[in-house]
Amino acid sequence: MSALVAFRNVSCRIGEKEILRELSLGVEAGDTLVLLGRSGSGKTTALKMVNGLLQPSAGEVVVEGTATTAWDPIRLKRRIGYVIQEAGLFPHFTVEDNVGLVPRLEGWPPDKIQARVQGLLEQVGLPPAEFAARYPRELSGGQRQRVGVARALAADPPLLLFDEPFGALDPITRVELQRQFLELRRRLGKTAIFVTHDVREALVVATRIALLHDGRLVLLCTPAEFLRAQGEEIRAFLACLDTKVEPS
Amino acid sequence: MTFEITPDLAGEIMDLTVEHLVLVGVSMGIAIALALPAGILLTRRAPLRRWVIGFANVMQTVPSLALFGFLIPLPLIGGIGKHTAIVALVLYALLPVLRNTLTGILGVDPAVRESAIAMGMTGRQLLYQVELPLAARTILAGVRVATVTTIGTATIAAAIGGGGLGVFIFRGLASVDSTLILAGAVPAALIALLADGGLGWVEKKLSPG
Repeated sequence: MSALVAFRNVSCRIGEKEILRELSLGVEAGDTLVLLGRSGSGKTTALKMVNGLLQPSAGEVVVEGTATTAWDPIRLKRRIGYVIQEAGLFPHFTVEDNVGLVPRLEGWPPDKIQARVQGLLEQVGLPPAEFAARYPRELSGGQRQRVGVARALAADPPLLLFDEPFGALDPITRVELQRQFLELRRRLGKTAIFVTHDVREALVVATRIALLHDGRLVLLCTPAEFLRAQGEEIRAFLACLDTKVEPS
Repeated sequence: MTFEITPDLAGEIMDLTVEHLVLVGVSMGIAIALALPAGILLTRRAPLRRWVIGFANVMQTVPSLALFGFLIPLPLIGGIGKHTAIVALVLYALLPVLRNTLTGILGVDPAVRESAIAMGMTGRQLLYQVELPLAARTILAGVRVATVTTIGTATIAAAIGGGGLGVFIFRGLASVDSTLILAGAVPAALIALLADGGLGWVEKKLSPG
């Protein structure tokens, strides 16, 4: 079976700095691949190459059998859902207009867009009657993030990209949204690539974890294997799990 | 000292007020038509920015009376009359509109711009659906400043035969007649206040969200 997304010897150089070095990995349909790493490990760079926000300086990223450079850039982006930290919602659009954005760009008829938006808001736990007409500034951080997820799902893309989506949320909201993520995945069976620096989050949401360090792939394995794996960078991340808190 | 507004004077005030409004309206129309697209273009061409903003800055620093004077000997755009006045007023109005267009568009949250691109918006959709609506208030604030300034500066246009309410002011200065000076200055001030209030109101209406 061919992978939905494949990185083939992908390197990325921005100026003099080599951000990503010869990354090769595949993402199968239904997988949630977590790109785990410290700040500057190249994980976000790798993610942005999938929907063509960045181009590889060597190698190629293949999406649904076609290299990203050969895709029509607009078509590629509209086939891939994208969720970022703080959601990146349009402040001048209502929740409804934010969620219906890609269907509108794709020219869906208005009644179909409205039905779709209502359904999605229900799915992410925001009753449309209460939330559809609000503006992003009238929402909490967690609610904004839910709208961001609904917007990414709107045109029913086969693949979703998450760039530290829950990074700016308080720990409780974060766990809620992780739970919702798992539930949506079970229900919709989407493929996802998920960037985080939080090893807990990685272990919760991943079906496979790719650990990046200094632009190189250190390890690609399941969460269970990750817990047993050896190596300096792996130990550094696993140590985050063991930290005991001693009240003074 | 008495101020008497004869029917003759009242009629002339009306005529010159209309002339003044036309002068300001045409100048602002041209200035916006030039500065808005130029501002948008400059958000996409960083290296050009310094030069164009520099030019507009220099234009603003030239005293208005001197600028009107400089323009008189120039072929095509110069000479005596309305068109020279309009050229000068346009040069003055360019900077605030241009600068605010740049500031407004460049001030759009990078996360919002990135997500617009990642959602698959074309460059045109990004501009019309995201950048311009979010920059609208800032751009309009520039138009407001430029309009109010132009209403004042336009009184000097009378010095080179541009007409408008400045005609009263220069005539009053020459004949040491306060009534005439006020006949020009008061309507000009009122127009400026009305324009400021009106554009301020529109600006509030444009508040995003």
